[in-house]
Amino acid sequence: MSSAAHRSGPTIWVRRNLFRSPVDGALTIVFGAISLWLIYKTISFVFVTGRWDIIRVNLRLMMLGRFPDAHVLRLAVTVVGLAAWGGFLAGFIHARQVRSGRVSEDGQTTIGRVGGLVARLWLPALVVLLLLVLSSTPGPWITVAIATVAALIGRAIGPFAGRPKLGPVGSGLVFVGIGAVPVGLYFYVVTAVGFDDWGGFLLNLFLAVCAIVLCFPLGVLLALGRRSTLPLVRVVSTTYIELVRGAPLFVLLLLANSALGFFVPNSLAPSTSTRAIIVFTLFTAAYMAEIIRGGLQSVPRGQIEAAKAVGLSPARQMGYIVLPQALRNVIPAQIGQLISLFKDTTLAGIAMGLFELLQVTTAVPAQEAFRGQGLIGETIAFAALMFWTVSYTMSRESQRLEKRLGVGVR
Amino acid sequence: MDRRRPALLAAVPLTATLSTRTPLWRDVRVLKWVVQLVVVGLVVALIIWLYGNYVDNTAEQNIPTDFGFLDNPANFQITGNELSANAAVRQALYQGVLNTLRISVAGIVAATLLGTLVGIARLSSNWIVSKLATVYVEAVRNVPLALFVLAGLLVVVLGVFPTIQEAWELGGLAIISNRGVAVPWFLGAGFGLLAIGAVGVVAAWLVARWRSSVSDRTGALPRSGLWAGGAFLVVFVVGWVAFGYEWTLPRLDGRRTAGGIRIDPSFFALFFALVIYTASHIAEIVRGSIQAVDRGQGEAADAVALSGFQRMWYVILPQAFRIAIPPVGNQYLNLIKNSSLGAAIGYYDITLVAQTTVGNGSPAVPVFALTMVLYICISLVTSVIVNIANRRMALVER
Repeated sequence: MSSAAHRSGPTIWVRRNLFRSPVDGALTIVFGAISLWLIYKTISFVFVTGRWDIIRVNLRLMMLGRFPDAHVLRLAVTVVGLAAWGGFLAGFIHARQVRSGRVSEDGQTTIGRVGGLVARLWLPALVVLLLLVLSSTPGPWITVAIATVAALIGRAIGPFAGRPKLGPVGSGLVFVGIGAVPVGLYFYVVTAVGFDDWGGFLLNLFLAVCAIVLCFPLGVLLALGRRSTLPLVRVVSTTYIELVRGAPLFVLLLLANSALGFFVPNSLAPSTSTRAIIVFTLFTAAYMAEIIRGGLQSVPRGQIEAAKAVGLSPARQMGYIVLPQALRNVIPAQIGQLISLFKDTTLAGIAMGLFELLQVTTAVPAQEAFRGQGLIGETIAFAALMFWTVSYTMSRESQRLEKRLGVGVR
Repeated sequence: MDRRRPALLAAVPLTATLSTRTPLWRDVRVLKWVVQLVVVGLVVALIIWLYGNYVDNTAEQNIPTDFGFLDNPANFQITGNELSANAAVRQALYQGVLNTLRISVAGIVAATLLGTLVGIARLSSNWIVSKLATVYVEAVRNVPLALFVLAGLLVVVLGVFPTIQEAWELGGLAIISNRGVAVPWFLGAGFGLLAIGAVGVVAAWLVARWRSSVSDRTGALPRSGLWAGGAFLVVFVVGWVAFGYEWTLPRLDGRRTAGGIRIDPSFFALFFALVIYTASHIAEIVRGSIQAVDRGQGEAADAVALSGFQRMWYVILPQAFRIAIPPVGNQYLNLIKNSSLGAAIGYYDITLVAQTTVGNGSPAVPVFALTMVLYICISLVTSVIVNIANRRMALVER
């Protein structure tokens, strides 16, 4: 589409890209008209005809569900903690990459770096700003402000934590700390509240994150099992993967909702949210296994032979040589699967009655204040914006990561 | 060296060579079996534990574990299907399977067409067309399907479509209202019509083969697509007239529509959502496949002065489809499984029939186990078809 022409200018651009031939011109006029109509409709819906009061009033319900008031502070602390942790990790990793020579630091001014960050994150930032504007209390504003500061501080401290000066004990402590923070925050929130009362978008995010973390090791094990030279292990893994992949997630959720209780002793019967997490984990693990298997197949034989030649044990061949390359090669597919898992968390609402965002979205227009006004369009548009922002940001970041890791580039 | 060997052998006692055999716990062959037995043992133990709990719990609550419920009366109606109120669960499930197949076939055909068009449009040299296609793909792919399904029913059908009194009549061919969409249909449609269609397909296939053999001999343009389509049409029309079938147009009859066939709101909404959503995924696959076709192919087409359409139709697309078949087949499987979301808006596919019959007191575990088996069977048949297509289209190398 890029033209290597000598002349340029608006007229030539228009002729080349819009009116190349009579057919092309006709297409331009028809689809131009459709685009203009769509843009007009969207703008008039957002700014004129849409009645967004319903979102403003129910914002808390849509984002947090019936999360108990008394413990909202814990959520705020968690957000701040995660922001600081994320900033710290970014600084830490960046410093390590610079030291190992994988990323060059020259030519990166502060302004350039901030510009890059804005180019990457303007979309979620804009949506967060929209949510803040819609919120009627100062709490979210304060939380986001402190979280931003915390992230910046973490980013500033991060590079120092990776210095070789710290010695083995020091850097070991750093790694333990990096692992412990999210776990600590998880227990900080969950022990006080439990996650059965969670709802809204928070529940969608929570279900997705839990299932992502849990499905990963299982997926790796299943992939290794399917590629194993041991026939019985292979049969077990293959059967599991194919059975799960053949059945719709929706039916699995229905089954778990009405029948999981039969398969465990009554004392162990899990709550609905736990059931959802179990199903999402078991389901995604099967798909993850297939993706990782593809990655394992993409590692050249020479790598394993080289690992054998230097005398690594089978476990070390796998852990140090094969798996890192295999996982790196399929990062885009893995993130694609995680995006689809995140979108699928809406099914937990339909199949199990969990009060996640989509359920709130369809329930809210039936409230007494809004009944019979046909406001479902507004609430669904809002929910779509939420899901779209998170998924789109994730897929863009995955493309960026893919480029940085140089997948497919030698 | 050779001279010393006998002496060396003599120096090493025979018993020593025997005793250096690998011990059992380091023998790879033994270890392999131990690992396998441990894994299988754990799996079997898990299954036995789950099954034992299941037997205990069902016995405690007096819930049957067999498939006897299939003969119980279903006790519910399925809109759009002739199912008497005292029909057995078995028959309701059969209708559910038919409904799943209906939405799947319709959805696959429509999503393939739309997806291919959008995929080509994304690579168009026309700026507006390619941008519009990009916006469509990026907007739809990142939103949950469930949201489209609910929006299809609650926003499009119940919100945008008019009431039956003010229904949109599109030239007498379709009547659109919030009670559903009515379109023309064949009168007495059934297996007779299906048989004529099958004969038409065979005729089209034969004609296409004949045309390509003519083309091989004489070098004339094959135009096998046009010829095959024509043959199908001729056979279909002739058969239709010969057997005396007719069609009916939909018309408004007070507060309902008569004639034609009425597409249920739930079917329409599910169809709308599945097609919009799956087409965006297929479009990405088609785009990637077109880009994966060797650049030289397009340049060669330009060099022999093919038009833009000919270049696409005769040179690029046949090769792109070859690449696209396996991933598109995966999308078909996804569409079939995703059609279970129809249960959320009251479309009686396998899932909703299963859910309803569980609600009416059938045992949950056998019902859902049966449901999963049905889906797995449909998926298997589909993937076999896709694999056959793939094998026929695949490049035969050496």
